[in-house]
Amino acid sequence: MHMTTTRWKRWGARGGHFGLLAAFVAFCAFPFYWMLITTFKGTLDLINTANNPFIFNSPPTLDNLRVLFFDTQYARWMLNTLEVGVAVVLITLLLAVPAGYSLARLSGRWGRHLAIGIFLTYLIPPTILFIPFSRIIGSLGLQDSLWSLVLVYPSFTVPFCTWLMMGFFKAVPRDIEEAAMMDGLSRFGAFLKVVVPLSSAGILTVVIFTLTLVMQEFVYALTFITSSSQYTVSVGVPTFLVRGDVYFWGSLMGACLIVSVPIAVLYNLFVDRFVAGFTVGAVK
Amino acid sequence: MSAHASAAAAAPAHRPARHWLDDDQWLGRMMLAPAVIYIALLVGFPFLLSIYYSLSDATVGSRTLHFVGMENFRRILESDTFWRSLRNALVFTLLSQLLVVVLAKILAMALYSDFRGKWLVRLLILLPWVAPISLGTIGWLWIFDPVYSIINWTLRALGLLGPNAWPIWLGQPNLAMASVILVDVWRLLPLATVIILAGLSGIPQDIHEAAAMDGAGFWRHLFRINIPLVMPIMLVALLFGIVFTFTDMIIIYVLTRGGPYDTTQVLASLAFFTGIQGGDLAEGAAISLFLFPVLVAVVVLLLTIARRTEVT
Repeated sequence: MHMTTTRWKRWGARGGHFGLLAAFVAFCAFPFYWMLITTFKGTLDLINTANNPFIFNSPPTLDNLRVLFFDTQYARWMLNTLEVGVAVVLITLLLAVPAGYSLARLSGRWGRHLAIGIFLTYLIPPTILFIPFSRIIGSLGLQDSLWSLVLVYPSFTVPFCTWLMMGFFKAVPRDIEEAAMMDGLSRFGAFLKVVVPLSSAGILTVVIFTLTLVMQEFVYALTFITSSSQYTVSVGVPTFLVRGDVYFWGSLMGACLIVSVPIAVLYNLFVDRFVAGFTVGAVK
Repeated sequence: MSAHASAAAAAPAHRPARHWLDDDQWLGRMMLAPAVIYIALLVGFPFLLSIYYSLSDATVGSRTLHFVGMENFRRILESDTFWRSLRNALVFTLLSQLLVVVLAKILAMALYSDFRGKWLVRLLILLPWVAPISLGTIGWLWIFDPVYSIINWTLRALGLLGPNAWPIWLGQPNLAMASVILVDVWRLLPLATVIILAGLSGIPQDIHEAAAMDGAGFWRHLFRINIPLVMPIMLVALLFGIVFTFTDMIIIYVLTRGGPYDTTQVLASLAFFTGIQGGDLAEGAAISLFLFPVLVAVVVLLLTIARRTEVT
């Protein structure tokens, strides 16, 4: 008797656990399932309210994707985003890698305060800075140019990536650099030839974060860019494809899905690093 | 820290500074300077400019601007839209973050134990955070569509919606606010969950074992041991959530543009519509500066938490 109640209890707990997780997964992933099914639906199937919307009532079609790639500037926007992403990655690496090393090894007591200060600038949102920026960009003659984004985006990637690199450099044993310096390398030489190669995981993390942050950015691109050929994906889709009363829902959902899923998978591999960077100081 | 100081003191004795590349202090400054200068120019300078604009009559069109003192702030404080946006921003932030913290704590505890397929569950749960927010929100725009809303279709199919009831999710004031809160919860739940999960795995295993030995039940264990131990990290998750929500305009821009009748307008979106679309840079800058006190409060709290956990 006692045996069966404990077994029931265990099955109940397992069922409850499963149900709880299933509910959360449904909440989090449903919009993406919804995008997926909408992308491949025919227009007539989509707008017939008598149909069951969860399934394909007529055969799946690639029409929506054809419209997206051939009748809109979607491919162009992806290319724009990638160009900006690569440029911002380069700037971020050039600024954040040396700065991270300096904070980890070369700046004594004030280094920690400065590091926290740099990290906190990551919290200053675009919605405080976009108004002055709109005029700065204007007076630099960069309005409606992708260069405006290349200039501004490092302002949020550099602080966070400096902080991340600092963590990586602190994990490199001091002995290794000191041995290299004994062998005749200068401090800077040891940094370039010994420490940087050892921190390639950190550098890869910085590259991934910078790319994902650039692809997610919305406010600056919305503010600086006005012509549709210069849009990035995250602004082009919501402002140019969503307009007026005619919504091309199939193409629109395809546009969201194609960009979201690769970024999500890539980011997912590194998200623990991201969290570690966020919570340094709060978790021991 | 002391090891570093002694190393720095000892280094010149061993190897006289041949070159600036070997002088640690110099090199440290040189390597740090580009990043600090960049941040100062692209964060510090625009911020000061923002304060300056808020005291001027700057517009998008004109090249000149005049100092007008507190005129913009006086106008803002007299405007009903501003007060409504401030109230909306507070409601939006507090309700969504309350939900996020509670749900994230539950989800983190469900994800803490090992089970088959955990990586897939984690990937699916993280999707809303890792996908670009403006694009994820468009998925919700389609879910909330006035004619084809899947929510309405399902409710009707289940018989929960009468023949004359057909909620327009983004078109009715209270429903619109509920909708944007729902999307914000959806967006920030994964981040809060993984932060809390990191905190949970930081609790030493023997504490749980000791509690089990003492016969503490689930709830007692939860409220006496588990929650107090992850409290600092839950606060961190909450504070980041507050910053990201209070200063965000993307969800509102994509879903409602602040409508209907400004019932979902928040400070960030109002600053955008006034400053950029309306062309009144000065007033827009003044509105956006109201976001700053919340930021300062959050930063002070974060620093306090960081310092306290460092000491103990």
